[in-house]
Amino acid sequence: MFRIRFHGRGGQGMKTASRILGTAFFNAGYEVQDAPRYGAERRGAPIFAYVRADRETINERGIIDRPDLVCVADDTLVGMPAAGVVQGMDAHTVLLINSHETAETWQKRLNTEARILILTATEDVEDRAELPYIGSRCAAAAAALTNVIERETLVAALTEELGHLPADIIAQNREIALRVFDEMAQHAGLVAPGSMPSANDYDSPDWIEMPFENAAISNLAIHAGATSVMVRTGLWRTMRPVINYPKCSGCAWICSTYCPDGAINVRADGFPEIDYDHCKGCLVCVAQCPPHAIESIAEHVAREQEAEASA
Amino acid sequence: MTRKLLTGNSAAAWGARLAGVDYIPAFPITPQTEIIEDLAGWIDRGEMDARMVTLESEHSMITAAGSAASSGVRAFTATSSQGLLYGMEMVYTVAGWRTPFVMVNVSRGLASPITLESDHNDIMAARDSGFLQIHCATCQEIADAILIAYRLAEHPDVRMPAIVNLDGFYLSFTREPVDLAKTSEASAFVGEYDPENLQFKGNSPLSQAMAVLGGGPYSYFRYEAHLAVQKALSVYDEIIDEFEDRFGRRYDMIDSYQMEDAEYVIVMLGSFSTKARDAVDSLRAAGWKAGLLRPRLFRPFPRQQIRQLLLGRRAVAVIDQNISMGMGGVLHSEFATALYGANDAPLLASYIGGLGGRDISQQEFFAIADELRQADERGEAPSPRLLYTEHELTEMRKLQAIAQAEHAEINQN
Repeated sequence: MFRIRFHGRGGQGMKTASRILGTAFFNAGYEVQDAPRYGAERRGAPIFAYVRADRETINERGIIDRPDLVCVADDTLVGMPAAGVVQGMDAHTVLLINSHETAETWQKRLNTEARILILTATEDVEDRAELPYIGSRCAAAAAALTNVIERETLVAALTEELGHLPADIIAQNREIALRVFDEMAQHAGLVAPGSMPSANDYDSPDWIEMPFENAAISNLAIHAGATSVMVRTGLWRTMRPVINYPKCSGCAWICSTYCPDGAINVRADGFPEIDYDHCKGCLVCVAQCPPHAIESIAEHVAREQEAEASA
Repeated sequence: MTRKLLTGNSAAAWGARLAGVDYIPAFPITPQTEIIEDLAGWIDRGEMDARMVTLESEHSMITAAGSAASSGVRAFTATSSQGLLYGMEMVYTVAGWRTPFVMVNVSRGLASPITLESDHNDIMAARDSGFLQIHCATCQEIADAILIAYRLAEHPDVRMPAIVNLDGFYLSFTREPVDLAKTSEASAFVGEYDPENLQFKGNSPLSQAMAVLGGGPYSYFRYEAHLAVQKALSVYDEIIDEFEDRFGRRYDMIDSYQMEDAEYVIVMLGSFSTKARDAVDSLRAAGWKAGLLRPRLFRPFPRQQIRQLLLGRRAVAVIDQNISMGMGGVLHSEFATALYGANDAPLLASYIGGLGGRDISQQEFFAIADELRQADERGEAPSPRLLYTEHELTEMRKLQAIAQAEHAEINQN
C-alpha cells in the first residue's frame, strides 16, 4: 500500500492535493482512501491531508503513522512540532519539501534517515496561504515519484478536481503540474509501497494502568482567560501588521477593540502595541485603522529583516 | 452503477437522495454539515425534488422530521454529538409517535472536555429511545444503509424511526470508492412510503400520543414499541436478502470475518473495525485462529445471533469506543448479557479504546490477542483496560504541568 501525507497551511490546497492524487490513483485502477485532517479550520493554520492507495480493499484508517512519502508545501512547518511533519519518518520515507534551501541543508538540520528531495520553491508571494499552484505541484510530484500514474491520468484527475475553477486557471495548474511531473521523473519509483506490521514481531504498545487521581489533579481546573497565553498562536501568522508610529493618531481604542484576539495592547503613552506572540495576522486592524497607520508585510520578509537587524 | 470516490458525508447525502426523501429539516454541526450542504446544493440546482428547511435547533429539527413523517411524507435529517443531545427530548418523543424517518448521526465525542473527533457516547445516549440503529464501517455501507433503514423503519410491522451512524473524520471526511445505485433501482427497492393511519394534517388537527395517566395504557404503548423494535430483526433479514438480489452486496445484521474456526474474537462497532480486520489477517498469518465480529444492527440487539456466533469460542475482546461512567463499555455489558448462563460461553474481556478519535494501532490489536490467550490459559478474564500508553500519559503530564503553572500564577495575582 502507498501511504502519502501532505502538510501545509489552510488555504494552500493540501486537501485539493490529496484529492487530485487520490483521484489519479483511483483512475489508475487503485483502491483509494483520501482525507484532510484539520483542527482549527483557519486560513494559515497547519493542516495535513493523506492518501492511501492499494490494489486490495483498504482497511487501514486514520492518520498515516508510517508514511512512504511526506510532501511539505510550506517549509516553515517542518520545525513546528504541532504540525507533525516528521512523525513516523524512517529510512523508507521520502521527504519532499517546497523550499529555497537545498536537500543537504535540510538533511543536516533534521538529522533524519529519510531521503530528502526539494521541490524548488517558485516565485515569492506576500501571503504564504496563497502559494500559487502548490496543491497541484505537490500532487504532481507525488504522482511522479510513485511511478504508477501516467501523465494523462494526472491531467484527468487534476481537471476533475479543479473543475469548479475558470478554464484558464485549470490550464495554468495543468501546465505547472506537468512541469513538476517531468522534473520529478528522474526520481520515478523512489517512493515505494510500505508493508503492514507483523503479528509475529511487533513493539509492545507500552500500555499503562490509568492511575486514580483526585479531582484537584484530574478535573479541568483551568477557569481563567490566561490559559491561552502559553499557546503562541502568532506562529500561524503569514502576514504581519506593523504600526507606523509617526502616522498613528493614538486612537488606540479602535485597533485594540477590533482585534479579535486581544493582541493589541495600549501602552502607558496611549499608543497601541501589537503582541506578536498571539497576533494571528488576520489584518482586521489594518482595515480598521482610521489614519491607515498599520501596514502589512509578509511574515517571512519581516523575519528576514529582523535577522538582518540583529546580525 | 457508477463507482466513484465519495466522503462518508457525501455518501449519506446520496443515500437520502436515492431514497427519494421529500423533506429535510436541518441544523448544522461539525462534522455533519457537509451532508446538509450537498443536499442543499442539489435542491438549489433543481437536481433533487425535496424541500429543505433550516430550523433554529436540533430540538425543533427532530420535531419537524417526526411531524412530517406523521403527515405522510418521507423525511430525512442529520446531526452529531451535542446536537443529538440537544434534541434528545424529541428523540424519545418522536419514537413514541411511531413515525418512520431516517436520521444520520455522525459520531463525535461529547463534552466535557469538548472535542470534534469521533467516539460513540453520543449514539449510545439514544440507545434506549426506540430509534433503530444501523452502524456503518465504510462509505459504501452508509449509502446502502440509508436505503435499508427506510425499508426497515417504514415496514408496517416496525414503523419506528431509524438512526444510521457513521464515525466523524474516519468516515465523514474520508473519501472511499462507493458504488451508487441508479435512481430507478434505488426507488424500486425503497418503494413508496405508506403512512397507513398516520394522517396528520394541518387543516384537520388530531392528537397523537397524548397524555395517559395510570400505568396501564403507558405500559402498553411502551412495550408495543419494544416489540416493534425487536420485530425489526426478522424484517431486516428479509430486506437484506432483497437488497443483495438487487445490488449484489450483502449486509448481515452481524458482519463476521474469519469466524468459521476462530478461537479468539474481537468485537467492535463502526469504522475502527476495519483496522481490526487487518489485524485478524496479520494474526492469521502468524498462526492465530483470530476472528472479528461487528454488529451492524445495534438496535434491535441481535442477541440470539450473537450467541450462535460466540458460544464455544475460547475468548472474546469487546472494544468499546464509549464509556458508561461507573460501569465501563456499553457493548461489553450487552455482550455479557447476551452470553450469560451458557455453559460454553467464552471468556469476555473489556477494552475501552478510540475515545475522542484516539487511534488504535495494529500492535494494540496484537497485544489484545495475546492477553486473550493468556486469559484462556488462566481460565479467567483480564481486568477491563483503557487503551492508553506510557507516552500518552507523559504528554498528558506536560499539559498538566502547564495548567498547574497557570493555576499557581492566577492564584498569586
